[in-house]
Amino acid sequence: MSGDDLLAIRDLTVLLGGRHRWLRAPVAPLRAVDGVSLGLRNGEVLGLVGESGCGKTTLGRTLLGLQREAGGEIRLRGRRVSGLAPASARVARREIQYVHQDAGAALDPWWSVGHTLEEALRIQGLRSGTERRARVRMMLPAVGLDASAYARYPHELSGGQLRRISLARILLLEPRIVILDEPTAGLDMSVQATVLNLLLELRRRLGLTYLFISHDLSVVQRLCDRVAIMYAGRIIELADARAIFEQPRHPYTRALLAAAPRLDGIQPSVRLRGEPPRATAGAAGCAFAPRCAHADAACRMQDQVLHAATADHEVACRRWQELVIPAADISCRA
Amino acid sequence: MSGADLLSVSGLRISIRSDEGVARVLDHVDLTLARGRVLGVVGESGCGKSTLIRAIMGILPAGAHVDAGGIRFEGRDLLRMTETELNRGIRGGRIGFIPQDPYLALNPVFTVGTQLMEIMRRHAARDGKRGSALRAAFRARLVALLRRVHLPDPEGAFGRYPHQFSGGQRQRLLIAAALACAPGLLIADEPTTALDVTTQQQILDLLRALAGELDVAILFVTHDLGVVARLCDDMSVIYAGQTVESGPTRQVLDHPAHPYTRALVACHPARAQGFAGIAGSVPSPLAPSPGCRFAPRCAEAADGCAHRAPHLRPMPQGPERRVDCRLYDPAARP
Repeated sequence: MSGDDLLAIRDLTVLLGGRHRWLRAPVAPLRAVDGVSLGLRNGEVLGLVGESGCGKTTLGRTLLGLQREAGGEIRLRGRRVSGLAPASARVARREIQYVHQDAGAALDPWWSVGHTLEEALRIQGLRSGTERRARVRMMLPAVGLDASAYARYPHELSGGQLRRISLARILLLEPRIVILDEPTAGLDMSVQATVLNLLLELRRRLGLTYLFISHDLSVVQRLCDRVAIMYAGRIIELADARAIFEQPRHPYTRALLAAAPRLDGIQPSVRLRGEPPRATAGAAGCAFAPRCAHADAACRMQDQVLHAATADHEVACRRWQELVIPAADISCRA
Repeated sequence: MSGADLLSVSGLRISIRSDEGVARVLDHVDLTLARGRVLGVVGESGCGKSTLIRAIMGILPAGAHVDAGGIRFEGRDLLRMTETELNRGIRGGRIGFIPQDPYLALNPVFTVGTQLMEIMRRHAARDGKRGSALRAAFRARLVALLRRVHLPDPEGAFGRYPHQFSGGQRQRLLIAAALACAPGLLIADEPTTALDVTTQQQILDLLRALAGELDVAILFVTHDLGVVARLCDDMSVIYAGQTVESGPTRQVLDHPAHPYTRALVACHPARAQGFAGIAGSVPSPLAPSPGCRFAPRCAEAADGCAHRAPHLRPMPQGPERRVDCRLYDPAARP
């Protein structure tokens, strides 16, 4: 993590659930995000990849301020924005906006698109209706919709158009950092491509920085500058996208890349058994050890933290140096 | 079409009457599936994949009408069978179904055992057994199946409720349920879209193994070309209700012939140079052109395309490789 990161997270921990019960043993909370340190560089697309339940969405929501952190620090342009009450956290992090996974569910079916888009501006305190309408009318073509969308209702729009609306809604607030939660989930290939193109174009034109949450590796490979791989609440590998895909070092990353379907139909050389763990209440040892083909007794005892394998490649595995697999076996490219 | 085909759909045309008019949802769908083979049916949302499945299972929605064509399964015409015949011998019996969403397909208030036994009671052959002997036989078969699909603790699973299983485990349960009555055909409707890649990989491996081992054919409906490449022997591409191309998976993916298939393969992030989409959108089934429905989006369309009657023709590569496009029709060449 360097000092000039736009957004810097240090040792961020988020606890979910857990409660005290009268006369009974308390339920321990889940460590959904467990000591994550990550820097988001100005203008980059950082991919956050992991399977469901690994904590990637919780991390995104915490950065936004919807979820309160239990420990650690978040700095935005060097200014500390963590440890605040939810309402003041949202104000301090106004430059961060979030695009929901399910664009259809995030829009009110009874409100026209124009009404929905104007609401954000109204909440921000823009009083003049004329100006609100003018700003919305300017935003629609920017996300590739025509002006007639203003009067339409969500059910009249396709999946791709709904994504554009949810993008327009947050872009009206002029964010610097956009957290995109699975922005292409459920879209057809041909539509997905146009949405991704739009994202790249908007970044260039508006100088945005993206945190791109996804489990679709082929999209991540195409879109992201750097990639963080998350497993059971922790970042287990972080490197340039190229390095992750050409030389993955963590056994989990390798298995994940191998499992992604490829067009050439080559069957994966590495196969994972079992399923991802539910976030635990801080059991000792590497969380991946029970599924790892290379785990030994020490892996199950010691916690693994990220350490630099090369200048720009961090990995949380104590045996990565011993695990050399020919690159041809693991490359994700078809 | 040879006599050895397990399932053959030929020239199927289905229209659905609704308030807005008559939607011509399927217009000349053709496919054949032999015993023990895996056929991938590929198409984007709204192309008629679900209607095709419903037609085969005999559960078309109200207002749907089969205008032309036929569906033959094990030598019998499914469209001429009565509801009772379908219930007794076909649905759940000879044809098993794996749904898309393992979270929705199980009833949360009944144990897994109750739900699996119900399938057996309704559809399985009884071999002259009755009472507790019949129940014991059913149970033994189900436990063996649960073990075969690698569900942990198959005996104990009977007494548990759906929420006590993970997504991947629930999909395994449903595969076992679909196999309960030893079907000749499994219809799988995007069974892995709700799953993570590593879990998806496990389910695909399982289906592949089952097809070989139990001599069951699989009709695998999906929009994911990568999944087809990994699992399917043959594939069939549907666009807006028309079969545009079919053939052995490797041949189709390596040398797609139809302009739509070519565009679809080019959209795949593993192949695409940039993110290329397909310009335009899928036509409304309410007022389709009588000819090729891809023509309005096709770069190689000519005047006659909008009026050619749909017809899959064999290509020089072999009789299994078929395409419906004027580019490959000797009669249409100028």
